[in-house]
Amino acid sequence: MEYLLASGVGLMTAAGVFLILRRHTFPVILGLALLSYAVNLFLFASGRVVIGMPPILTKDAAGYTDPLTQALVLTAIVISFGMSAVIVMMALGAFLETGHDRIDTHDGRTEDGGAGD
Amino acid sequence: MSLALIAALPFLGALLPGLMIRAGRNACALAAGSATALALLMVGLHIPAVLRGEVIRTRIDWLPQLGLNANFMLDGLGLLFAALILGIGLLIILYARFYLSSADPMGQFFTYLMLFQGAMLGIVLSDNILLLLVFWEMTSLSSFLLIGYRKHLPEGRQGARMALAVTGTGGLAMIAGMLILGNIAGSFDLSVILTQKEVIQASDLYLPALILILLGCFTKSAQFPFHFWLPQAMAAPTPVSAYLHSATMVKAGLFLMARLWPVLSGTPEWFTIVATTGLVTMLLGAAVALFKDDLKALLAYSTVSQLGLITMLLGFGTPEAAVVALFHILNHAGFKAALFMCAGIVDHEAHTRDIRRLGGLRHLMPVTFAISTVAALSMAGIPPLNGFLSKEMMLDQATQTVWMGNPWLIAALATLGATLSVAYAFRFIGNVFLGPVRNDCPHAPHDPGFGLWAAPAFLAVLVIVSGLMPMTLVGWLVTIGAEAVTAGAAQVKIIHWHGFVAALWLSLGAIAGGFALTRVHAPLTRLWLALPRPDATVLFNTGIAAAFALARGLTGRLHDGSATRALAISSVTMIAAGLWAFLGGSHSPGTRSLTPVEPLAAVGWLLLAGSTIGLVLVHRNRVLALVLVGVIGLIVSVTFVYLSAPDLALTQISVEVATVILMLLALNFLPKLTPPERLTRVVRDAVIAGVAGLSAGGLILALMLRDFAFPGIAAYHIANSKTEGGGTNIVNVILVDFRGYDTFGEITVLGIAALVIYALTEAILKGGPANDRLLNWQPARGRAGDRHPMMFVIVTRLILPVALMVGVFIFLRGHNLPGGGFVAGLIVAIALLMQYMASGFAWAAGRRAIDYHALIALGVLVAAGTGIGAWFNGRPFLTSDYGYVTLPPLEPFELATAALFDSGVFLCVLGAVMLALASISRLAIRAGGTVNTRPFDIDPSQPEAR
Repeated sequence: MEYLLASGVGLMTAAGVFLILRRHTFPVILGLALLSYAVNLFLFASGRVVIGMPPILTKDAAGYTDPLTQALVLTAIVISFGMSAVIVMMALGAFLETGHDRIDTHDGRTEDGGAGD
Repeated sequence: MSLALIAALPFLGALLPGLMIRAGRNACALAAGSATALALLMVGLHIPAVLRGEVIRTRIDWLPQLGLNANFMLDGLGLLFAALILGIGLLIILYARFYLSSADPMGQFFTYLMLFQGAMLGIVLSDNILLLLVFWEMTSLSSFLLIGYRKHLPEGRQGARMALAVTGTGGLAMIAGMLILGNIAGSFDLSVILTQKEVIQASDLYLPALILILLGCFTKSAQFPFHFWLPQAMAAPTPVSAYLHSATMVKAGLFLMARLWPVLSGTPEWFTIVATTGLVTMLLGAAVALFKDDLKALLAYSTVSQLGLITMLLGFGTPEAAVVALFHILNHAGFKAALFMCAGIVDHEAHTRDIRRLGGLRHLMPVTFAISTVAALSMAGIPPLNGFLSKEMMLDQATQTVWMGNPWLIAALATLGATLSVAYAFRFIGNVFLGPVRNDCPHAPHDPGFGLWAAPAFLAVLVIVSGLMPMTLVGWLVTIGAEAVTAGAAQVKIIHWHGFVAALWLSLGAIAGGFALTRVHAPLTRLWLALPRPDATVLFNTGIAAAFALARGLTGRLHDGSATRALAISSVTMIAAGLWAFLGGSHSPGTRSLTPVEPLAAVGWLLLAGSTIGLVLVHRNRVLALVLVGVIGLIVSVTFVYLSAPDLALTQISVEVATVILMLLALNFLPKLTPPERLTRVVRDAVIAGVAGLSAGGLILALMLRDFAFPGIAAYHIANSKTEGGGTNIVNVILVDFRGYDTFGEITVLGIAALVIYALTEAILKGGPANDRLLNWQPARGRAGDRHPMMFVIVTRLILPVALMVGVFIFLRGHNLPGGGFVAGLIVAIALLMQYMASGFAWAAGRRAIDYHALIALGVLVAAGTGIGAWFNGRPFLTSDYGYVTLPPLEPFELATAALFDSGVFLCVLGAVMLALASISRLAIRAGGTVNTRPFDIDPSQPEAR
């Protein structure tokens, strides 16, 4: 299970990093979303993998998983939504303002096509 | 308490001028003056106690863990300086009131001045060196504002920048020095440090600490080779120059050397560094001053020279020399402030400060002439004025000091310095006031009104009286100051006649030599101009320019404005740093046993891997990519459920829905395809991404295969969740109770993010190219004709009450079972969003009762209010409380303040999500042109309406 989780985190990190290095806004937004998943899972996994022991107090529970990492990740999920929303809005504003969705608008060297629409 | 109040008074006074300026310039000056006078009075009230030998202390714990406390003390040295700062400050305020023209913003001036005064006063009253450092930095900042007061003049700006750069850099060095000193002494309190002389001087770190602290003092007190900022700072209005360069700013370095004199002085290192620097500065400053034609520049270099003299005296390290240093600090403050003010009057009346264009002003400005002459003669050291007394005492000390193995060298050089100072003082009087009247001035000069000359006249009277009766007027002040510095090791005895001692002959020689120098000034000037003179200002500017070029080059290479490049660099740096840390440590194999893989997990992994790889492959097709991101998010949620994290799963899945809706809305406008990129770039990025993925995966695997290195704090939360927080859902209890402060910060951030989105939307819709583009929006073809399908509308409306009920249910059970404010907020938000999607924005918005901004604010306020409520219970912010309540028809149920806090979270999350999505929808309305007001596009009950 550990190997599955770790390789999942690794895959999502790789895909996320690849996408944020793209030169158009939308892939970067998707890349950030993927990186958020990867980071959240990473943080969560740092509490170690536990199956069937939720952090809900009951009389007959065999044990509990680490609740602290879960609390941290829960807030991280909500915050990353806020962040995504702001970035989406910025991307949208930039696109409407300039008519294209390239990230680097300062230089004239467009190697990969003109305006997106 | 009173000392802290004294230190606070100038800062309180700084608030007044800005307000009072509306009541006129007199009220403004009066406000600043009253605060200063009050502080002076309060210091004065302590004089009897200090005279009795008491040290007045006020202690306020600020950050005791760091050793940073707002501790103040008033001893003789502090009193001497406080009197100087406040006394001269009062005179400067009076002078400035009449000096500044109606075009100068006076409220601003007095505010800056009071800020500066407060910072200076703080330095001399501090009993904690960290607190002292805070005030020290404040003097650098506030003097920057004062020197750059004429911000429309390039010299003003440049002078201010240079002063800030030099004194600020020295201040940084001093922070390091003070930290070392505090560590050696074991305390940051001066009263403790001052008792640790043996420990400090025996420490290996004594020399580094000494050098670093002296760097701070030397830069502040304009000692060679940092002297060049002071003449540049003359671009400031004259009242500022008079204040900063007579009694305050430049004296801060001297004060600190005197303050730490008991523990730092007396070593060969101290003598070599301080005495030599002082001597060089004294000679250099005096020599340059002699050849300056600008009155203020002449005074500036003479200040440099006099500061060097005092530094040298402190550097001698003998108690007697320290006494002379203190005495000369007082004398210099008096005559130099008067001289600066007189130079200002001349400038004010004649509209020039150039010595070559002035002359014979004794006829036109007799009052100014009288004041200037008294002050300049004191500076020259002519008996019986006070300058004579301290200068002769200085020469006396110099004759008793051996420097570089030579018993008379320092006396000879000190006499040379004195000679030069006589010469420039004579030149000041001779070329400005004596000689023939010249008609070269831009403006016919005459004596100014009483207001302008009152302050320098008062100082001139002091110069005379303290010269005639030194022991009566200032002897006691020097005595208590010396008591603080030398612990009473030196007897303070200021007299005019010491008999025919060496100092007397040197003094007479200096006066004669100085007079002779003024006679041969013209040929000397030619010689001076012919000599090569390295200009420190040019060197400094070259250095600054080089630093700028380096910084710009580095920044340009690392971050040329391309986000992609910056991201690539930071990704590579992060990976490299992690690798470096990994290779630098030692590792042992993991010991934790693996968790078995069940078929379900394997299927999930296959789905995740497939979608992720697929996403990378098809990312150029944006709609497809978004669908795949949704799938990945779903699997992540399922992973949370599988790995015992039901709360996370609930949150993740609801966030997922909101995120996908958000991105779909954006994709409505954005292009649907991403153009291809160059293959080399793709390969390069793939390599970076691959390494990043391997690192992240490897790191978390390594983490999971090992046990915790230290016992975690999870056990505490598990044990106390029910007893302290009153809930069985530990995650929720952590969120709303144990770490409620984090959550409070987080919902605030979320609210701010939503407001940012709202503001961005407003900016786009306000007008400009973005707005035009929206107005001319051509919707893509192939849209469904029926924007609001009837089935969809009806189903969502049926679902709404159910969804709201689920939200309430999730919220209420949150404290004990998976759920809570976050999830409930998201669920309700999604239920409302569905109404928007199904029935259209206008229809839904028309039925909205509460503004989303208000929801966010309400949420944060409710959360904050709950937190503050704990105060009334006598407990810290956000401590929760709970109890069981029985309402007759129901079972007893639990009521926790945490639930109230959680409802704040709920409201804020709901408001933020809705505001963010509604903002983007507003763009769609602007682009769409028409909005529906009816529930359906096709209404079967009214076929004719279509």
